[in-house]
Amino acid sequence: MRRTLFENVTHRTLTEPPPPPDEAALRELARTVNRAARARLGRSLAIRHVDAGSCNGCELEIHALNNAIYDLERYGLHFVASPRHADVLLVTGPVTKNMREALLRVYNAMPDPKWVVAVGDCAASGGIFAGSYAVAGAVKDVVPVDLHVQGCPPSPRKLLSALATLLGEIG
Amino acid sequence: MTVTRRTANDLAWREAIARLARGQATLLGLWGDPPNVRMALLDEEVGDIELVTHACVDGRYASVGAEHPPAVRLERAIRSLFGMDAIGSPDTRPWLDLGCWGVEHPLGDRSPPREPTPYPFLPAEGEGLHQVPVGPVHAGTIEPGHFRITANGEHVVRLEQRLGYAHKGIESLMAGASLEQGWKLAGRTSGDSTVAYAFAFAMAAEDALGVRPPVRATYLRALMAELERIANHIGDIGGICNDAAFALMHAQTAVLRERVLRASEAAFGHRLMMDGILPGGVRRDFDAAGAAAITSVVAEVRRRLPRLVELYDNTASLQDRTVGAGVVKSEYARRFGAGGYVGRASGRAFDARRMPGYAPYDALRFDVPVLDAGDVNARVWIRVREIEQSLSLIEQILGALPDGPIAAEVKSAGNVGDGLALAEAFRGDVLVCLRLSADGRIERCHLRDGSWFQWPLLETAAEGNIVADFPLCNKSFNCSYSGHDL
Repeated sequence: MRRTLFENVTHRTLTEPPPPPDEAALRELARTVNRAARARLGRSLAIRHVDAGSCNGCELEIHALNNAIYDLERYGLHFVASPRHADVLLVTGPVTKNMREALLRVYNAMPDPKWVVAVGDCAASGGIFAGSYAVAGAVKDVVPVDLHVQGCPPSPRKLLSALATLLGEIG
Repeated sequence: MTVTRRTANDLAWREAIARLARGQATLLGLWGDPPNVRMALLDEEVGDIELVTHACVDGRYASVGAEHPPAVRLERAIRSLFGMDAIGSPDTRPWLDLGCWGVEHPLGDRSPPREPTPYPFLPAEGEGLHQVPVGPVHAGTIEPGHFRITANGEHVVRLEQRLGYAHKGIESLMAGASLEQGWKLAGRTSGDSTVAYAFAFAMAAEDALGVRPPVRATYLRALMAELERIANHIGDIGGICNDAAFALMHAQTAVLRERVLRASEAAFGHRLMMDGILPGGVRRDFDAAGAAAITSVVAEVRRRLPRLVELYDNTASLQDRTVGAGVVKSEYARRFGAGGYVGRASGRAFDARRMPGYAPYDALRFDVPVLDAGDVNARVWIRVREIEQSLSLIEQILGALPDGPIAAEVKSAGNVGDGLALAEAFRGDVLVCLRLSADGRIERCHLRDGSWFQWPLLETAAEGNIVADFPLCNKSFNCSYSGHDL
């Protein structure tokens, strides 16, 4: 174990430089974020993720955000276990009817000010699952959405870019 | 692979149930296909599959679950989705249907919803018991599902799962869909196994249409499937260690997993290789740059993995958590036909790549590692050994990749086609049974994730463990919620 730890101290850092902010996301956000919120939160956001019925592809890429290469926490962004601690709600999947109430409860449990980021094509529109008897619809049909990140699934770089944009606007 | 199809009258249906109950056959799947129920049985001695179709009378059929418990949840799902009743079933509570759809039996008579009633969890009686309800929203980035843990102090007395939160109605979306929509849906049934699902779906479609994919395509399919297996196993080994609070391993494996995903993207254009396999072959060819990326990542995994395995093996505080935790009895693994590392860590040497087997694995050399301990530690070791086997498979594939076309023409022969396929995903075998109409559209497609026969074993594995070890046990199974819920 010592050898592995020592190597981590000596070799070059794995973390890559941040991606540029997403212009489309910036425009979407400009409408929703106000300056008072920036002052209150500073450059730090707590994120709560809810899988509202995804295929788990988006989860894999969200997980990747925490690896040493993308290192989400360097921006002051970190995942929290409770919605009570969260500023940002990250939602994946088409919202299934079976998850609709749970998603609403999580949203309602979060303190204001709060933002919702819909991750993936299913979250944006229901994707290929739209129209099913078991699907309530896109995330925006259930809770207000501030930012969409497209992709099936969106790559970690794309997610990072969107979250950095959010932070830049709020923080 | 030999698939025998037969229709069964009541007597033959009961005879098939008796064979399952005696352990002479393994249940591969049981699903509704109104007005019939269908059941796939595997003869593990020779690898033959029997597909039994039984006509229901007034939507009723003799319960398989009454004699063979692995069928219980399948029958509950058939009842909730199709409204077909298993006579004599020991458990008639709904499954997948949480009372939110606004319709009952959505794939059957589509009757109006019932009055909402509380879901009765199974009882646990005794002094000093308390319940811990967990989910559907969990503390981390995890899929949704509900666990009802009854504990005595720190010890789990009973764990009961309630699933269905990720139910998207995939089988209803399949009905009437084009083959292209179908393979997209199949590839999004469980994102972590997108390659395996697309592989199984493509083989089922080819079986239904009588199409043979070119040899080069089968090799490229296996290349994607093994990259997917390696990426998932590496990620999960780290995840298991992380759930035992050993973050160092997680940090190391997460980087290695990222390398595999990047190589996959370089070679196949998508990090998870979604939509890379389609009926008839594969979507895009593979070039020298892709081969170089894969060769390089294989070398990196070969170089780094032994050190990580040594770290796992030599860290006593970590072993203290994984050895002896979450034991699955080999008898249960065999009875439930549990596939993947859950089965193989508990003495069940089943791997769909080997038996019944499918191209190109019949032309490649690999071992199927098996252990008997059945604990979290054994499941970690099976994954380690499987990564090694997958690396060897990739090297063999790159060394023997034949030239030629990458896809065969897929067109309907103008009659109804019934196809069945089994493919080995990283967590276990995926079964796809597909019926195509004369104009090539999907009439019925049933997808059965390996998790169906693993989730119930997690309930038994958690029993007697401390509550704090539940996440560890759960991660060592890493069952799919979405793949199960459909």
